[in-house]
Amino acid sequence: MIEVSGLEFRYGEGEFRLHVPELRVERGVAAACIGPSGSGKTTLLNLIAGILMPQGGSVVTDKVEVTQLSDEDRRSFRITHIGLVFQEFELLEYLSVLDNILLPYRINPALRLDAAVRERAASLAEQMGIGDKLGRHPRKLSQGERQRVAVCRAVLPEPVLLLTDEPTGNLDPANKGRVLDIILDYAKDTGATLLTVTHDHDLLRKFDQVIDIKDFGVIG
Amino acid sequence: MKQTLYLAWRYLAFHRVKTTILIVAITLIVYLPIGLRVLVDQSAAQLTARAVATPLLIGSKGSPLELVLNTLYFQSDYPDPMRYAQVERVTESGLALAVPMYVRFNAQGHPIVGTSYEYFEYRRLEIESGRQLVTLGECVLGSRVAEAMGVGPDEFVISSPESVFDLAGVYPLRMKVVGVLGYSDSADDDAIFVDVKTAWIIEGLGHGHMDLTRPEAAAGVLTRDSTNVVGNPAVVQYNEITPDNIDSFHFHGDLSEFPVTAVLAVPPDQRSSAILQGRYQAADEVAMIVRPVDVMDELLDTILTVQSFVTAGAIIVGLATLATAALVFLLSLRLRRREIETMFKIGGSRLSVASVMTSEIVAVLVVGVLLAGGLTFLTSQFGSAAIRAFIRM
Repeated sequence: MIEVSGLEFRYGEGEFRLHVPELRVERGVAAACIGPSGSGKTTLLNLIAGILMPQGGSVVTDKVEVTQLSDEDRRSFRITHIGLVFQEFELLEYLSVLDNILLPYRINPALRLDAAVRERAASLAEQMGIGDKLGRHPRKLSQGERQRVAVCRAVLPEPVLLLTDEPTGNLDPANKGRVLDIILDYAKDTGATLLTVTHDHDLLRKFDQVIDIKDFGVIG
Repeated sequence: MKQTLYLAWRYLAFHRVKTTILIVAITLIVYLPIGLRVLVDQSAAQLTARAVATPLLIGSKGSPLELVLNTLYFQSDYPDPMRYAQVERVTESGLALAVPMYVRFNAQGHPIVGTSYEYFEYRRLEIESGRQLVTLGECVLGSRVAEAMGVGPDEFVISSPESVFDLAGVYPLRMKVVGVLGYSDSADDDAIFVDVKTAWIIEGLGHGHMDLTRPEAAAGVLTRDSTNVVGNPAVVQYNEITPDNIDSFHFHGDLSEFPVTAVLAVPPDQRSSAILQGRYQAADEVAMIVRPVDVMDELLDTILTVQSFVTAGAIIVGLATLATAALVFLLSLRLRRREIETMFKIGGSRLSVASVMTSEIVAVLVVGVLLAGGLTFLTSQFGSAAIRAFIRM
């Protein structure tokens, strides 16, 4: 569950200012966040994830007030509770598909890498249709396959909140539907909360809740 | 920590060309000054050891360095010769053991050292196969010469003429190999030893030919009277000394006037050494006496000065390379900013991400230093042998 109240954020002394008086996404709900470019959708996602810190207000995720945590605690909370999928996949080119999926377990001791996790990673990759590509490097994969690797990386730690930033933005129509379905299925199967930033209005029917950023006070 | 090292390893392995270049650069930075130091120290020790083991050298007035290099290492041009009388002078003085040294000729590039039996005793050179020199025309080979020429006892080596155009000069002498010395890790391994008289025969100061008084030599007789026999160009001169013709070999002139390049003088004590050195201080003295260790120390001073310049240069180049390597790492961090941000965004701890980056740098440094250590070890084990092989090339 996500609860945002009285959120105030601005980048330095710039004119952009995001004000979210109230936002609530219930546990297990799949929500889409829409709005024009530069309206603050990604900023809102980063604030909910605790990547950015607001000047005012609070963000509560899974009953934890993220805005009250220290920098290092927010990282640990994020890696254990929140899965992030980016538009540009953000895979590490020097790691194989399997190592990319396992990356969260290698960069924060809050997650422990063991044989069970490795098995789960392989099984997840199999479900995503990339089970035969675990030893390959990302540059040898198609766009759709890369995004599926990024989704595997995000869901492997079994997060209660999945934040995806235009996950289908760089994909062809066939892959768009497939990747989004994978994300929605994961959220449905695990009961995780999903918040997806998207430009694609054709996909909105697949979500339980749609949040239009224009409803908040955004000055750009 | 294991996960951190794994990520660092994957990064370095993926960028193997960049990694290799950095490791090679670090290796050279560390190795060059240290390796050079080890090499110079070893060479200095070797040079000094032979010089220390040679108390005094007497030679014609000229370059002390040339005298020492020629007599101890059988290298450099041969110094002006002096009379064999200088050997007798030392012997007669009773102040030192006098060993004649005549290092002028060579056989296929290997120096021929004309000396006496005392040389082998003094240098503690052991015959490994065969026997010692006994008669004229015999030679004993240093171990590396025997190996290089592929000859052993009862085979032959032929002295090389000094110049193919010198028709009146040195004729090749076919010498019988009677022994091969054991390996001594010194210049003696690279030399061919003969009796000093054999060296004079190579020079043409002594020779052997058919006996013109015998009836079978009639074809070689130009004129004959009651006291003299004059030969013609048909007289056969021997180019090998055998048991059959050894009696025909003879020297023309006074042996004390024959040349040697040096006298190796071994005084029994400091007092004798001082007295002997004093005898060569007169202004009209034709010979000079030197302590090889002093000459080599002077040479080493020069080498060490050059080494300090080279080391300083290597350190400056090393610092420049280190600065470049640091720049490469910094630029690499900038290029990897997005990757680092991704790790932070998905929840990577500051310590873990910083550890990955640091591990990469430390791994390159450690491997570079270890390789430099390995090279230094190899240099300490084989460096001087490699230098000697290089010099012989």
